[in-house]
Amino acid sequence: MMYESISRRSALASGATALGISVAGCSGGSGESGGPTVGILEDRSGNFQLNGTSKWQATRLALEEINENGGLLGEEIEIVDPDPQSDNSRYQELTERLILQDQVDALWAGYSSATREAIRPIINENEQLYFYTTQYEGGVCDNTIFPVGATARQQLGIVTPYLADEFGEDIYIIAADYNFGQLSGDWVNVLAQENGYNIVGEEYIPLDETDFSSVINRIQGEDPDFIMSMLVGANHENFYDQRATNDLENIPIGTSTAMAQGHEHIRYDPPALTNVYAGVSYMEELGDLRDGENFVEDFYERWPDANYLNQEAQNNYFSVYLWAQAVEEAGTFDQQEVIDVLEEGRDISAPSGDLTLDGATHHMEHEMRVARADENHEVSFTNNERIGPSFLREEVEGGDGCDLREEDKTTQYVPSDVYDV
Amino acid sequence: MAPLTFSVYSLTALLFQFLNSFGFIVLATVGLAIIFGMMGVINLAHGEFILIGVYGTALPYHAGAPLPLAMVGGVVAATLFGVVVERTIVRRFYDRLLDSMVATWGLALVVSQLLLIVFGSSLDSISTPMGNVDYGPFSSSVYRSIFLPAVALLVLVGLYAVFTRTEFGIKARATIEDPETARAMGIDTDRMYTSTFAIGSGLAGLTGALYAPALGSITPNRGSTFLVESFVAVVVGGPSVIVGTLSAAGILSVFNATGSFFFGTFIGQMLLLLVAIVALRALPDGITGYVDDWRQRRRAEE
Repeated sequence: MMYESISRRSALASGATALGISVAGCSGGSGESGGPTVGILEDRSGNFQLNGTSKWQATRLALEEINENGGLLGEEIEIVDPDPQSDNSRYQELTERLILQDQVDALWAGYSSATREAIRPIINENEQLYFYTTQYEGGVCDNTIFPVGATARQQLGIVTPYLADEFGEDIYIIAADYNFGQLSGDWVNVLAQENGYNIVGEEYIPLDETDFSSVINRIQGEDPDFIMSMLVGANHENFYDQRATNDLENIPIGTSTAMAQGHEHIRYDPPALTNVYAGVSYMEELGDLRDGENFVEDFYERWPDANYLNQEAQNNYFSVYLWAQAVEEAGTFDQQEVIDVLEEGRDISAPSGDLTLDGATHHMEHEMRVARADENHEVSFTNNERIGPSFLREEVEGGDGCDLREEDKTTQYVPSDVYDV
Repeated sequence: MAPLTFSVYSLTALLFQFLNSFGFIVLATVGLAIIFGMMGVINLAHGEFILIGVYGTALPYHAGAPLPLAMVGGVVAATLFGVVVERTIVRRFYDRLLDSMVATWGLALVVSQLLLIVFGSSLDSISTPMGNVDYGPFSSSVYRSIFLPAVALLVLVGLYAVFTRTEFGIKARATIEDPETARAMGIDTDRMYTSTFAIGSGLAGLTGALYAPALGSITPNRGSTFLVESFVAVVVGGPSVIVGTLSAAGILSVFNATGSFFFGTFIGQMLLLLVAIVALRALPDGITGYVDDWRQRRRAEE
């Protein structure tokens, strides 16, 4: 057989690493025309395309609707939206380009918390108005950033106590092994401390893992009353299928990540997601709670091939309108003046309900609910509750909270700043 | 996390863990090992060949075909794709190692982007068949922990038979040892190259077909799922395709399964890579390379 040299072997080994490096490239940009420009960086390929595509579509829909209705301050908004391909270094390049070259007046960007943290220094350096719309671990208190998605305290805070009341207080935590998963796990620990629940097991799983048989064996060994799952991405979804193969659907799962983003209840056959309870602010099954509007219909009319309208996409949609309202009130696209208006706090009627932007923390008071998938993967909603960004408003800084109207900050608070976790 | 106590049950669970990991590594590796070991081409598109097997299975399955028949579709799709790629691209890169890596890497990007453009960001997933076995508090998937490792062993036995016991196998090996002499003996070497590459591609397709219902989400970037294990196993196994794959998969899965079972999946993955690093340092020609050396030295001493 042909096989001779060390060099071939080392070439083979380096080949494996070469694959980890993704292609960087350039796509043509526009937008130096002087009119208002909005940047959208959402993943339409790579590991997060399943979630990012819907975010991109909803942002475009909102901006196109505004343009069709005469634009903003009488001007048509130009959109710059290259595909960052789920690649954080590409995100950094493109963020710089959109800010410096295209001079965007507002930016919507990023699915994962790792992405947000990768571009945050660039955002800070250029004092760019930036809307981060994914549900996330919480705690970002930053001058020019508006993290309008629900935070872990809002999502886990509604679903964890609900499950503990229904099923018992022994919890097994599984979560993705990066900042979002680790901090979400800390939040479950905080909730357990506050309410006296027991954490019987805790495991953080690398993002590229697809085989959950050992995780399932360990869960079986501990026999919890329910599982809290903050798994992330396409690889981790396999957990739900393996759970069904092992007849584990009798152990309910609470989650902040499944269903509302990757629409696993549609893409997987029952009973993979049976008895999964997600703490959500929105899912397409909720429809549109505004009078006389139909967001879901409008969305599929504009994007007939779309797979799902996810929770994050709704955040992109209403936050574009939030920004547009603030621009109109400020009478200018000047970013600092728009931020000043936003910091006065605003009510906005969104498809998910009547929401309020908290000016001090740049976070939303969301209408939260528990979404449950039944044995046929039909989704029902219970336990509506309006939950504010209490961690930033009332708990950090020894209870004084973060108030961006009063002081400049570019920080992220974590549960361990306040709690012993 | 609480350490599991030793019992008959937990040892059984560990055994099933091992089988699961073993089946995965053998199946992920074997197509790559054939193409690399026999033809000297490093196929960085290996993951995408597997992905074609996955899509070739999922599409007919969702169109209503029974799963076993759909799987045949996956194997056929990957084999045909392999033949076309060999005829048009790979043919130009025999014994041009680095060039072949760049070319197949480019191919990988093209395939996954095309799948994204044509079939969208994901296909509905397929549930794992065959249920589970229960023992004490634990259970394991029959498909992943019994069926797939059994298929993996059958594939290795089958390859051994084809390459040592059939006329085709002997001609293929002759072509690869010494193409000119083989041609002089009347062997159509072009066809042999194509056939060998087709076998490697077909095996990648088989892996894709078998894992289509055990992969969870079916998205255009799933090819990478198989890459780390397959490259590590080929490097650790060394030059001999069958014995190398078998021994590398055996050793790597023992560490992966034990680490995952007792300490968590993260430790399992770390142990697998650590063992690979140690193996490469101690046995730079892989396990079978070391065995060959040792045999030759012994012969020289006698």
